[in-house]
Amino acid sequence: MAPSAFVWLLLAAAYFLVPLYATLEFSLKENKVGTPCCTLSNYSWVIHNGDFWHTIKISFLLAIETIVISLLLFVPTMYLVHLKLPRLRPVIAFMALVPFVVPPIVMVVGLLRTFRGTPHWFYGEPWGFLAAAYVILAFPYMFFSLDAGFRSIDVQTLTEASQSLGAKWPTTLFRVILPNIRSAALAASFLTLAIVLGEFTIANLAAFHTFPIFLQYVNESQGFPAGALTLLSFLITWGAMLSLLVVGRKRGARGAAIAGAR
Amino acid sequence: MAAQALRPDPVSGRRRLSLGWLATLPFFAYVIAFLFVPAVSVMVGAFQDKANHATFFNVHELLQHPYIDAYWGSLRISLITAVAGALFGMLVAYAAVRDGTPRWIRSVLTTFSGVAANFGGIPLAFAFIATLGPLGLVTTWFRNGGYDLSVRWPQFQLFSERGVELAYIYFQLPLMVLVIAPALDGLKREWREAASNLGAKGWQFWRYVGIPVLMPSFLGAFILLFGNAFAAYATAYSLNQGQNIVPILIGNYYTGNVLDNPHLAQALAFGMFAVLAVMMLLYIPLQRRAARWAK
Repeated sequence: MAPSAFVWLLLAAAYFLVPLYATLEFSLKENKVGTPCCTLSNYSWVIHNGDFWHTIKISFLLAIETIVISLLLFVPTMYLVHLKLPRLRPVIAFMALVPFVVPPIVMVVGLLRTFRGTPHWFYGEPWGFLAAAYVILAFPYMFFSLDAGFRSIDVQTLTEASQSLGAKWPTTLFRVILPNIRSAALAASFLTLAIVLGEFTIANLAAFHTFPIFLQYVNESQGFPAGALTLLSFLITWGAMLSLLVVGRKRGARGAAIAGAR
Repeated sequence: MAAQALRPDPVSGRRRLSLGWLATLPFFAYVIAFLFVPAVSVMVGAFQDKANHATFFNVHELLQHPYIDAYWGSLRISLITAVAGALFGMLVAYAAVRDGTPRWIRSVLTTFSGVAANFGGIPLAFAFIATLGPLGLVTTWFRNGGYDLSVRWPQFQLFSERGVELAYIYFQLPLMVLVIAPALDGLKREWREAASNLGAKGWQFWRYVGIPVLMPSFLGAFILLFGNAFAAYATAYSLNQGQNIVPILIGNYYTGNVLDNPHLAQALAFGMFAVLAVMMLLYIPLQRRAARWAK
């Protein structure tokens, strides 16, 4: 290996690993001055905290709702685009890129203005307002994953084969197409899970109490338990991303995995 | 492939247009309701006063103190972290893909980058507080070594602009690695061999082949990084809620008790949108140009 390559990789490794190690070390400190390493009391604080379970549950359910809505919107649309309407593809690709030009901080301003005064079940509940916004955040991941997935299979032949054997549309969609794009759909779902579990901007401006909001509250109020909570939130995000990489090895799930909740 | 689906009807000879496109309606309805209407609403709101009459007051206000300072702050942070992230990301990616580096390093780096590029916000801010904050690991190392960072190097504070930038690099650099690695792969070994057969020295290869081929990809990636930092809110908010950048200013309108003129927040958001739209217009041609060598 070239010496300069070695130096650069070593520097990068230090930059990326030291903050993670520092968080681990922080999370093992006692909440009193002078006591030496190590204690698991911060982790037990997290596990026995009702707000932790409450907010993580909200965030998980929100992620599942977002994934279901996004898949319902995208799978039939992408299927049709690849089957019959290839001219629509650039249009949908454009929509999938819009979240780059309209980032969460701009989007939430527009959503708050547009939907102010709508019924409480929508405007006042995370299941309404937040889920609606998160589906938009999931657009790029859904599009790029599913587009790659549909491209890697022969939609045309599969559909014709299924129909010539007498299958109706629902049978074709659920028993022929879906199993073939499963890894692409899973990849998009794991990405969406990671995004929703970490999303802070929209939740904060729209005043919903999700897991990242709780994390920020603990950061401000209790340093050492915040370390444990941060590490836990790392592990959740990393678990989702690594699951993505595992399903991504399979055919057709290689979408763009860039840019998330910040 | 698509033409087959629209095959002529055997009886009438006409191409049958199925009603299948109706299935795309929910998608477009959703896009209109939750993406286009809110986006237009920001733009309209930016040009209205409290009584919803048309005005240029809000947008004019953007160019005044203190709002213009927030834009400069945002532009500074985005530019610095995009330049640093792009340069270092390129060097690290090249170090990982060049001949002589073991293959496993490359796969570890891309896997890790995929995770780290998606790792931001509140946890990232805390990781840096645990590292460089007053009680942080590295701060403590230096202090125990008799070198108090806050005394010897007072201009560096984790909660200052430099500190926010240092934290942003944590997601900027991996994003650069992810975006630029395919372009570096596109630098074909034969080009290098051809250049050296024709007598080119190492620097000449880079000057006349490597850099011109990589430039569109590099600039495209730079724009992505710029937009990424420009739109970031959570990391900066968690480190310093008083940081003078546009997203935090917008956030303060909604989370604080200062919502006397929501149209000002909408104008601030409109300004961000305008900057990002210009970036996007620059990005698209660069992307086309970069794709030329991607085959």
